[in-house]
Amino acid sequence: MSDFPFLVAMIAVPAVGAAAVAALPRGRELLAKQLALGVSLVVLVLAALAAVAFDTGGDRFQLTTSVAWIPDFGVDFALGVDGIALVMLLLVGLLVPLVIGASWEDGAPGAGTVPEAGTEARSMRFFFAWLLLLEAFMVGVFAATDIFLFYVFFEAMLVPMYFLIGSFGGPRRQYAAVKFFLYSLVGGLIMLAAVIGLYVVSTSELGEGTFAFDALRQLDIDPGVQKLLFLGFFVAFAIKAPLVPLHTWLPDSAAEAPIGGAVLLVGILDKVGTFGFLRYCLPLFPDASRFFAPMVLVLAVVGVLYAALLAMGQSDMKRLVAYTSISHFGFIALGIFAFTTEAATGAVLYMVNHGIATGLLFLVVGMLIARGGSRQIGDYGGVAAQAPKLAAVFLIAGLASLALPGTNSFVSEFLVLIGSFPERPVYAIVATAGIVLAALYILLMYQRTMHGPARGVVAPPAGDGPASGPAGTVDEPGGGGATAVLTAPARAAVRFTDLSRREIAVVAPLVVLILVLGVHPQPLLDIIEPAVTATLSDLGATR
Amino acid sequence: METLSAEVPLPAEGLLGWSWLLIALPLAGAAVLLLGGRRTDRWGHLLGTATVAGAFLLAVLCTVQLADVEGRSVDVDLFTFISTGELDVRAGLLYDPLSAVFVLLITGVGSLIHVYSIGYMAHDPARRRFFAYLNLFVAAMLLLVLGNSFVALYVGWEGVGLASYLLIAFWYTRPAAATAAKKAFIMNRVGDVGLALAIFVMFAQLGTTSYAGVFGSVGTLAGGTLTAIGLLLLLGACGKSGQFPLQAWLPDAMEGPTPVSALIHAATMVTAGVYLIARSAPIYDETPTARTVVLAVGAVTLLIGAIAGCAFDDIKKVLAYSTVSQIGYMFLAVGLGPAGYVAGLAHLLTHGFFKAGLFLGAGSVMHAMDDSVDMRRFGGLWKKLPVTFATFGLGYLALIGFPFLSGFYTKDAIIEAALDRDDVWGWVLGGVAVLGAGLTAFYMTRLMLMTFFGRARWEPGVHPHESPSVMTVPMVVLSLGSIGAGFLLVKAFPLSDWLEPVFGEHEAEHVVAPLTVGLVVTAVMLVGVLAAWLFVGRREVPDTAPVRVSPVTRAARNALYADTINESLVMRPGQWLTRALVWVDNRGVDGAVNGLAAGLGGSSSRLGRTQTGFVRTYALSMLGGAVLVAGALLAVTSG
Repeated sequence: MSDFPFLVAMIAVPAVGAAAVAALPRGRELLAKQLALGVSLVVLVLAALAAVAFDTGGDRFQLTTSVAWIPDFGVDFALGVDGIALVMLLLVGLLVPLVIGASWEDGAPGAGTVPEAGTEARSMRFFFAWLLLLEAFMVGVFAATDIFLFYVFFEAMLVPMYFLIGSFGGPRRQYAAVKFFLYSLVGGLIMLAAVIGLYVVSTSELGEGTFAFDALRQLDIDPGVQKLLFLGFFVAFAIKAPLVPLHTWLPDSAAEAPIGGAVLLVGILDKVGTFGFLRYCLPLFPDASRFFAPMVLVLAVVGVLYAALLAMGQSDMKRLVAYTSISHFGFIALGIFAFTTEAATGAVLYMVNHGIATGLLFLVVGMLIARGGSRQIGDYGGVAAQAPKLAAVFLIAGLASLALPGTNSFVSEFLVLIGSFPERPVYAIVATAGIVLAALYILLMYQRTMHGPARGVVAPPAGDGPASGPAGTVDEPGGGGATAVLTAPARAAVRFTDLSRREIAVVAPLVVLILVLGVHPQPLLDIIEPAVTATLSDLGATR
Repeated sequence: METLSAEVPLPAEGLLGWSWLLIALPLAGAAVLLLGGRRTDRWGHLLGTATVAGAFLLAVLCTVQLADVEGRSVDVDLFTFISTGELDVRAGLLYDPLSAVFVLLITGVGSLIHVYSIGYMAHDPARRRFFAYLNLFVAAMLLLVLGNSFVALYVGWEGVGLASYLLIAFWYTRPAAATAAKKAFIMNRVGDVGLALAIFVMFAQLGTTSYAGVFGSVGTLAGGTLTAIGLLLLLGACGKSGQFPLQAWLPDAMEGPTPVSALIHAATMVTAGVYLIARSAPIYDETPTARTVVLAVGAVTLLIGAIAGCAFDDIKKVLAYSTVSQIGYMFLAVGLGPAGYVAGLAHLLTHGFFKAGLFLGAGSVMHAMDDSVDMRRFGGLWKKLPVTFATFGLGYLALIGFPFLSGFYTKDAIIEAALDRDDVWGWVLGGVAVLGAGLTAFYMTRLMLMTFFGRARWEPGVHPHESPSVMTVPMVVLSLGSIGAGFLLVKAFPLSDWLEPVFGEHEAEHVVAPLTVGLVVTAVMLVGVLAAWLFVGRREVPDTAPVRVSPVTRAARNALYADTINESLVMRPGQWLTRALVWVDNRGVDGAVNGLAAGLGGSSSRLGRTQTGFVRTYALSMLGGAVLVAGALLAVTSG
């Protein structure tokens, strides 16, 4: 079974699926959704089978495929996964079908949801086509073992995400999309320079240029050159991750992106940055990595606290969740640059867990916004009384986000902190203070939106009976697209319904994973640890 | 890892091997009730009670079996929780005399309070959810006391924090309840940082977090490290147990339904700090410095709680400050080291009985008075609520240390142990404890007089009635504990014998004869009672609290300004900082990157248009930001 080209299939299937969905005639919205969901489920099955075929005690890179692509420059279409890439592929396979399920009724007339102020209904065919194309590129970026190929996927990811934000996002989507695109593009250009530099070094050392990861990591690069090349990669990844102070594009992008786009942006795209630290910065530039580690650690722990404080100060729920993610990326960077097995394994697990937990948080925030038509925390209050299931899922996502023991995130945050403490006690202590701030930003948001008496958009219509009306009734706010931009009084007429069966189906897998991985994370750790050990031995780390 | 202690617990056999069911039963109950939805409304409360009662039965059987095991200590290994690198955390339980005592307290008092809640919550539409959370609490609390490593304890520790949050906010449409729940969780998390850091230090120094591993190699640790661990653990204990300086959340937690106050915020969860310190005895034994801080915390909190308890008119708040104060006694006791562990734990157990009984009695009073908690609108209730009055009265007498009732034995044992230090500190601590006994007698007598005696000052339309037997029977059972538990635990079947495998033998050499201590404490207690009668009993109680009062009373009414201090030192500066950072991030960081780009573009006029979406501006701005970071990295690290 391990001969089957899983990785090629995981790129080809969604890419072809994207073309097919886009080619559907106008008006076949339902078919487009069904096709997209089917394709993404095929990818999920492929990812699961790839995990089964993967031997945790085997070679570093498995399921490999390699064909010459641009022979003149030594560029190969080379794919392969280590444990780190494998768990990221599982995350991709998991999140995309859920995102499609969550976006099922976006843009559909009479869906019973209120469009966010300033958005308008659009053909969702292209939305789903872009999603699938993005999935193909995301698989490619994690599976590439040729640096040039990695770079191509890295840049290609921008295009579908740009359109997801720019065409289907909130009122300031143009601004956000351009900001996202330019930040990423600049990072990419700097990285391109470093990729070329690496090629030049390999030419001079090996006599023949190469982009193959396995050949490049065995180069003995001059420390000064290492520093420059490290910075080239690091800046690109630090923008993507993002680390403070290169983070300001993320709150704008995540806030304006449609919820599905925000989930993939924060859940997966940003992890390409931290994945890049581990895959490229540490093994290729070990001396430079050790040299810059203290500075990166400072950025990491400053980011943990700074972004957590900023999260507390946000009035927009999506921006708040975006800032919590920046804080969490600080933890991940701390785990990676502490150079211990426990911390780095924890960091990789953190990447997966964060995708699950923050993915769920974004999804449930999206469901709340779909009901209330506002992103402002202050427009809500007392939701729990009218939509208890939604409130329960919100709480579970929040608790996972603040790394409560029993949820998946606890294991990874605990590993990052306990693993970095022996080597970097001061940084670990400062970051540990972040757990208080995490409790604050989550519980403040939860209290303001879910607890208390009904308020703002949650208040029952004037003259109506008790707050909880018969289930299933949906108040059409005037109907038709003309009321897309709701005025405040019109919004107040919305009554909250609890989660629908579709929404429960979307959130249930994530809730189950949060609890299961919180109690039994060992299967993932067994996949991740060998890859982390190999990475740290490239680096020459002691532990 | 150094040589493990010779007393490594035996692997569990027989029924003890199934002791994980103790946790699984209530957890399964919670899961069924939460996932089952409205279908379980009719019988959910019965299931919730049955799981805890079943756990109690199992606990009794396990304890009986444990008594016959050599060393009275077994290890129940379950599965690998986290294993990577040098870290190997196994999920497992330690069933020893100390955890057995707590398991019996939690499931025993827990069962009674579940039964009581059937009646107390009968008319609440969300009763099922209430029982689900209560079951969740019991499961987490049992994990806390049964876990065989500091990580397992931490999981239970934050688990009970979650259950406490959910239950304080049970009536979440009330803003006060929602705020109190959040406050409790946050202040607990401050403590949890200490506990987490203690675990990190243990791993860094010893490579393990299991009790057997850590306690077995305590001797290899430097004194400073031990003191650091001791102080960090203490921070965690202070958060969970509402001790100074993290005491302000506990009185607010009274926003939760009264059975919650009885079970979580009096009898069990808030005593987890005492458990943590007692469990970590091998660490504290080696660090007198940390023990001294424990003593100081206990003594200070004892007085803060007792002083504040004298001034409140809210019956539950008085009992809450009383809890803060009584846990101060327990901290003082375990801070004494080997001389005080058993005394502290005995007081913890008797307090569990009589304080749970007092809270249930207060709930019964509230039940009768349309959920009012204002003692100024009570009065003369002894005739209307005879069972409540009798059981509450017994709890009252036990708490103030009336001779031969529960609190008398266990509180005196703490005072004796303090005096046994035979130094200045011993006299200071003993004096504080005796003074606290007088204050306790004062505030509890005041409470009794205002609630049950004097003129009926009821709100119009209130018709007090005794509670149904589903509520009074648990109160009666707990009042039996108020009467006899102290005698049983101190005299008849000494707790020190049962706990001997954990804390070893300690021969007390009394500096002051126990009889003398008993007479002095009783005399001080009577002074407190008399004072309360003089100030409250013989005068008319006004319906509303007097406004013109002395500064001392005002300070006590504000609980010695703990909230004010927290707000002005932490909360407001934090809010200010947050607002400033939001401004900086929006204008400063984003603007600096954009503005630098405009500058590089050579046209200052673009500064004002940086947000307009010009592609070129942004491209340059990003380049500027990247150059800035790269330059800074190079400059700082090569400089």
